[in-house]
Amino acid sequence: MASTQVVARGAIEPRATTGLWREAWGRLRKNKLAIVGLIAVSILMLAAVFGPMIAPYPYDFPDKEALKAYGFKPLPPMTAGHLLGTDQLGRDLLSRLLDGARISMTVALVVQFVVLFIGVPLGAMAGWFGGRVDSFVMRFTDVVYAFPDLLFIILLSVTLKDTPLGQAMDGLLLVFIAIGLTSWVTVARLVRGQMLSLKETEFVEAAKAIGVSDRNIVTRHLLPNGNGPVIVAITLGIPGAILAEATLAYIGIGVQPPRASWGYLVADGEKYIRSSPHLVLFPAICIAVALLSFTFLGDGLRDALDPKLKGKQ
Amino acid sequence: MARYLIRRVLWIIPVLFVVSLVTFTLMHAVPGGPWDQDKRLPAATIERLNAIYGLDKPIWEQYVNWVLGIIHLDFGPSYQFKDRTVTDILAGGILTTIQLGVMAFILAVSIGLPLGIIAALGHNRWPDYTATGVSVIGIATPSFVLAIMLILVFSLGLGWFPVTGWKGPNTWVLPTIALAGFPIAVITRYTRASMLEVTRKDYIRTAHSKGVGDRAVVSRHMIRNALIPVVTILGPILAFLITGSFIIENIFAVPGIGKYYLTSIAQRDYPLLMATTIIYAFTIAFMNLVVDVLYAYIDPRIRYS
Amino acid sequence: MADADQDIPALERATIIEVTPGAVEEMHRPASTSADGRRREQKADVLLKVRGLSTHFFTPDGVVRAVDDVSFDVGYGETLGLVGESGCGKSVSALSIARLVPDPPGKIVAGSVIFDGIDVLKLNDDGIRKLRGKEIGFIFQDPLTSLNPTLTIGYQIAEAIREHMGLPEKAAKDRVVELLSKVGIPRARDRLNDYPFQFSGGMRQRVMIAIALSCDPKLILADEPTTALDVTIQAQILELIERLSDEFGTAVLLITHDLGIAAGMCDRVNVMYAGRIVETATVDELFETPQMPYAWGLLDSLPQLDDVRGEKLRTIEGMPPLLINPPDACRFHPRCPYARDLCRQDEPELTRRGNDLHLARCWATEPGGWIA
Repeated sequence: MASTQVVARGAIEPRATTGLWREAWGRLRKNKLAIVGLIAVSILMLAAVFGPMIAPYPYDFPDKEALKAYGFKPLPPMTAGHLLGTDQLGRDLLSRLLDGARISMTVALVVQFVVLFIGVPLGAMAGWFGGRVDSFVMRFTDVVYAFPDLLFIILLSVTLKDTPLGQAMDGLLLVFIAIGLTSWVTVARLVRGQMLSLKETEFVEAAKAIGVSDRNIVTRHLLPNGNGPVIVAITLGIPGAILAEATLAYIGIGVQPPRASWGYLVADGEKYIRSSPHLVLFPAICIAVALLSFTFLGDGLRDALDPKLKGKQ
Repeated sequence: MARYLIRRVLWIIPVLFVVSLVTFTLMHAVPGGPWDQDKRLPAATIERLNAIYGLDKPIWEQYVNWVLGIIHLDFGPSYQFKDRTVTDILAGGILTTIQLGVMAFILAVSIGLPLGIIAALGHNRWPDYTATGVSVIGIATPSFVLAIMLILVFSLGLGWFPVTGWKGPNTWVLPTIALAGFPIAVITRYTRASMLEVTRKDYIRTAHSKGVGDRAVVSRHMIRNALIPVVTILGPILAFLITGSFIIENIFAVPGIGKYYLTSIAQRDYPLLMATTIIYAFTIAFMNLVVDVLYAYIDPRIRYS
Repeated sequence: MADADQDIPALERATIIEVTPGAVEEMHRPASTSADGRRREQKADVLLKVRGLSTHFFTPDGVVRAVDDVSFDVGYGETLGLVGESGCGKSVSALSIARLVPDPPGKIVAGSVIFDGIDVLKLNDDGIRKLRGKEIGFIFQDPLTSLNPTLTIGYQIAEAIREHMGLPEKAAKDRVVELLSKVGIPRARDRLNDYPFQFSGGMRQRVMIAIALSCDPKLILADEPTTALDVTIQAQILELIERLSDEFGTAVLLITHDLGIAAGMCDRVNVMYAGRIVETATVDELFETPQMPYAWGLLDSLPQLDDVRGEKLRTIEGMPPLLINPPDACRFHPRCPYARDLCRQDEPELTRRGNDLHLARCWATEPGGWIA
């Protein structure tokens, strides 16, 4: 096909070398959906961090005055100083959504942290040592992978609900751990794969010849080089975590009220869906935005980091 | 290939073992017992109940007994529904749950695959945008939200389908669609991506160079190769359908085994809980096996190695 | 004559050619008639007439003029070589002949391709399909990726036969077995149901050759058929192609970057550079009296048996140009040691060098130019 080497007419100019990341960023920038995703993710993060500060009301504050004035029914949007209305207890929906953002974003980050914490060392060990260690770890991941994850998360969440672990952070901590425990397999396999393919390269031989310890080879040379797919996997794994937490909250497990997980808001608002659809609509929109933005961003990252540009002209 | 399959079949056993062990241990490791829920029973009664149900024995013994019982397909009595055995309770529900899962699976595959193929063939034109749009909506909408929307529009709004229950095809529609929403989206995406990748492969060019017509190139050369990666995600999809079914059963009051899972955890009904867990785990493992067989069938490279 | 103030050692070297290992030594190839005397029905004076072919790629970065105003002929039964560096447009030219260039982003924007009297570019979809596989066969570079991994080789070879020759099941199968034997695959009938991954690289390429020959085409387009193979296998495959094309009287358009291969197999050679043909000649004349500095450089860069050990290999300095907006100048001039102002201002045409078959695109070597 066409050659695209760069030579200015008459002169011979070598192509400016760019690093892998700069090139990837260049490709990412051109991907409109990915940029939209990136912006949305940033907004969600900001909302999560600054939520309580910018929320008009505390998320668990029942506005009894307004309720009384409106006949003890949920307030529709744009009434009595509540931009998005209130629920049946008079709690401001916008503020509660912001709390939900905080919950979802925390889930997104912490779960991935757990995933990295478990997945990377296991995958690295399996890949680096090979042989028996590899087999053992792989069998282990097979079993975990075959585990019905939602069931396990529910089991963990319900049985440990009344323990100190279960009560920490309004139940969030338990949710993180439970979801994290079932989601690390993909990352572990990825890291193992990277390890296996990079292990045989020459620069590893060179490092060994100089006498760099195994541990340092792995941590300083191999792991940093295998970053790309792991980052993509993490980003694409976030929607799953958010969805899991929302589903749990919907059936009343995990984060405890009055914390306002979006899933819980949907369940709570379901009863009023005909009279006050905004109670379900807005949380559902928030969930949709969160899921989509990370998915688009993840897709964009994958296309940007993939040397064989996919699909785009 | 036979060796490959046998290994996969044998693999199910340790998986079920671990699942049941973990569940069992977790239940017994946490304070509380099956008799806590009712009114406060006198200690003597509790002791007697424990003796009757063998709960006073050491944990490992209880587990072994349970396993022995399973082998004879005896799942034990239910602690909450004291007049019925677990087998009794679950028998009817299992079929319902499986039926729901299978229907959702068939729906997901029969919509997702063609949609993905059409999207790829009409790349960057309207079929692509439509299919991608559908899949985006599917990804963004959790199954419970989809369920609520469906009920709102088609039950309460248009009155075409009843809200709850499971009697007759009329009641099957909404739960199946609600459950299949997310899988449709995922299958569409994967199939589209896979087809697009196959389009650029050298052997497609070879096929064209032989003078093979476009339609034959797609059906003979593209689809089979494109399906290979798609089959690999069918496993997780099936797992999703099985585990996600109980939320749907919850919302639509479908009499499957889903509701028993939740209540048996809360009520510490160990036998019922163990049984439902094992059934779920087994179904997932079995479905994964079927997927693996399918995979080996489609890809000759697996078959011969 | 022009000033001979510049040292031209290359010309001298060019007369003593040592071919690269793996190429056939024979330097003289017969043309036209097939070994068994079978005459093919010829509908025109030349089998393939390409005139002014331009294939451009429309990319977000600009229009890449991969093939720019290319013209050449292929005679019935002739073996023509298309030689050049990677990216010079030789593969795209071949694909353009059968309209196999992916569209988007590629498009044949100008020119005509007359195959056996038929105007290829004007054919409708059905028409071009009938040509492909039946009259024109392809051998691609990488047999591993060019064969469908999920279909048996028997099926893939029979595909064109079934498409074009309408043979019944058994007859088609027999023909496949015959082809497989002809390309040198042992126990052909047993291997019909095997898959590509069960063959070695050389075997797979033989399968591709069988596919190319399956309907007895008039022309075979061989795009770097041996580049992906081991050196020891290369010779076998080339010999096979040569033998079979002789036997069936098939014309071959052989694309390669390897001059040695071209020397061994071709009757005539076109040298391409940056999307243009820069020289065309019979094999003998190209190797004995090349008329273009690029050709000199190519020939010069072939390792010679009498090279001094430890000396650097000779290369052509620089890289091929960007094909997006080529300036109106000789495309080779940035790398040409003999370039003068004229070369920078105006692109030379293909002009005669001594006889009608030998053309070159170079100001310097034209009659009246500054190199004798």
